[in-house]
Amino acid sequence: MPALVLVALPFAAAVVAALLRSDRARAALLPATATLHLALTAVALLHRVELKPGVWLQLDALGAVVLGVLSGLFFLAALYAPGYLALRSDRPNRVFCVGLLGFLGGATLLVLAQHLGLMWVALEATTLSTGPLIYFNKNPRSIEATWKYLMIGSVGVALALLGSLFVGYAAYLGGHDVSLVFRSLLDEAPRLSRPWLRAGFVFLLVGYGTKIGVAPLHSWKPDAYGEAPGLVGMLLAGGMTSAAFLALMRVYRIVAAAGEGAFARELLLALGVLSLATAAVFMVRQRDLKRLLAYSSVEHMGLLLIGVGIGGAGVFGALFHLVNNAFTKGVLFLALGNIHRAYGGKTLDEVTGALRRLPLSAGLFLAGFFAVTGSPPFGPFMSELTILTAAFSAGRLLLAAAILALLAAVFLGMGGTVLAALQGEPPPEPVREAFRDTPSRTIPIVLALGVVLLLGLTIPAPLRSLLTTAATDLGGKGLP
Amino acid sequence: MSRSFDLLLVGVMLLNFLVLGTSRIRVCIQAAALQGVLLGLLPLLVHRSFDWRTGLVAAGTLAVKGLVIPSLLLKAMRDVQIRREVEPHLGFVASLFLGGIGTGLALLFAGGLPLAPEHDGSLVVPASLATLLAGFLVLTTRRKAITQVVGYLLLENGVFVFGLLLLEAMPFLVEVGVLLDLFVAVFIMGIVLDHIRAEFSSLDTERLAELKE
Repeated sequence: MPALVLVALPFAAAVVAALLRSDRARAALLPATATLHLALTAVALLHRVELKPGVWLQLDALGAVVLGVLSGLFFLAALYAPGYLALRSDRPNRVFCVGLLGFLGGATLLVLAQHLGLMWVALEATTLSTGPLIYFNKNPRSIEATWKYLMIGSVGVALALLGSLFVGYAAYLGGHDVSLVFRSLLDEAPRLSRPWLRAGFVFLLVGYGTKIGVAPLHSWKPDAYGEAPGLVGMLLAGGMTSAAFLALMRVYRIVAAAGEGAFARELLLALGVLSLATAAVFMVRQRDLKRLLAYSSVEHMGLLLIGVGIGGAGVFGALFHLVNNAFTKGVLFLALGNIHRAYGGKTLDEVTGALRRLPLSAGLFLAGFFAVTGSPPFGPFMSELTILTAAFSAGRLLLAAAILALLAAVFLGMGGTVLAALQGEPPPEPVREAFRDTPSRTIPIVLALGVVLLLGLTIPAPLRSLLTTAATDLGGKGLP
Repeated sequence: MSRSFDLLLVGVMLLNFLVLGTSRIRVCIQAAALQGVLLGLLPLLVHRSFDWRTGLVAAGTLAVKGLVIPSLLLKAMRDVQIRREVEPHLGFVASLFLGGIGTGLALLFAGGLPLAPEHDGSLVVPASLATLLAGFLVLTTRRKAITQVVGYLLLENGVFVFGLLLLEAMPFLVEVGVLLDLFVAVFIMGIVLDHIRAEFSSLDTERLAELKE
């Protein structure tokens, strides 16, 4: 029952947003809905019950992790949204608000769905509702980004449907009652037809991998993240990617239960390392700060796949990294959004000396940069360390060395651009009327950074046990 | 699976080649429409006995894939006054050649996958994969946004053909999946096409080339 309410709330709010006439009322609806959603999520996380067989909407441990991330991140975005939309009051925000709430509804449905087909429908819903968000600026660049996002995303979603049908056929050949509820697929896993399952996993990896945005399926990402408003970038990089990763993990779990885990893990590792390498190459001399963050997202999604591919405590590390990455991306995208507004641009041609022009936002961006590149004392350092340690203890020295080298390359490449933007003298004439840091535009960033910092210092016991359960479900184990 | 069923699938595969080999966008759209009509007939032949759910899938497919979407595309084509696909990234002969190789590979790949006794010997799997590949080819090698949408349609048609194997066993997945995906996606793409036209006064995705490394 709470599961149904959690899904229905954002969709109902989206309908209300579509009907409201006032732009300001619509903007105020976002934080109201987000607060309610976060409260309901807290209740659902605190009162988790045993999974019942055959029920399509339920919260398991993995779902709980991603739901918490999603709801928390959306809450921060919604706190930021009214101030942002007030700045852009020249354009109507109806489609934008409906899209945001539709995204929250679709992603919540995806996380709670315990049925292969329903999960796919939810992913489709999130894809379609985020298209208009990227188009918010309504200029030639943003329509190009939207076109690529929808085209590539739709192909990915179509391939995921074919993969789901393949898994369905694997179950059909296995005999018995054909049901695509995960619990029954897991129970019947050894009887599923192996060739169809393997083929299905490949298609689902390509399909959901496109939505996660790992190389070489990431080509939409720099464009979409580059042209979307900061708060949309944050939701895509922290929310959409995490939800799509969850979808892939649900399938991975079935494949592993069927005894094809080794095959799947090799594929995950290959895509993961390729993503890390791609990000490292394209970050060097990247002059566009938002595109820089997009490649950072490719990198971190690669790390998630690597963690699962290593197995053992690496799975715990990957899930922990999912949480860290989401909130760090919140810091980076929102702080960069402020910088973008202040300079009227987001490339090194416009942005220099941001620490002087906009001390608070730029300072937060700098802290976010250190966090996202895995510097202590922030959360990503701990999770990356967990993944690396798992690689060493699994005896994969070459892999661990490659990860370390690529992370160092990313640090240098990203650092070059970030420092060039933050240091030095700001250009003399402000491009627009003076933009200053205000509490409504910085508090959400401070909160996100607080989460990242807290997770770097200690993992709260409930989160630790949740991550351990989720990792065990995926064939890994918790921290030693 | 009956003989007429397989004949329709052969028709579906031949239409792929028509789309791959022509430069005239109208022909592309019409071939995709005809393929949609064939797909609409297929579910009726899967079942021995007729029931209303199958009728619904058939009618829905026929209407959406065979009629609604093609007429939307034809209208978009008339509005922007483009008739031909010029200088695709891959020539028409090369496209046909690759399409032929793709079909061969699809047959080979399908031969390696086990089938249930009641599906044995049917062309469903190779037809599905060949159509999927043809769609992917059109999508990635053509410049005009309309032709790219036709490519996406073909890709979707490929998924739909495979869905026929599971129409009886898991109707929910197939029906919801295929129809929802198709209709909503093309609806949204229609809106985007409209905006591209307003912004660039043409439907050439070459103009969408500002975002690059």
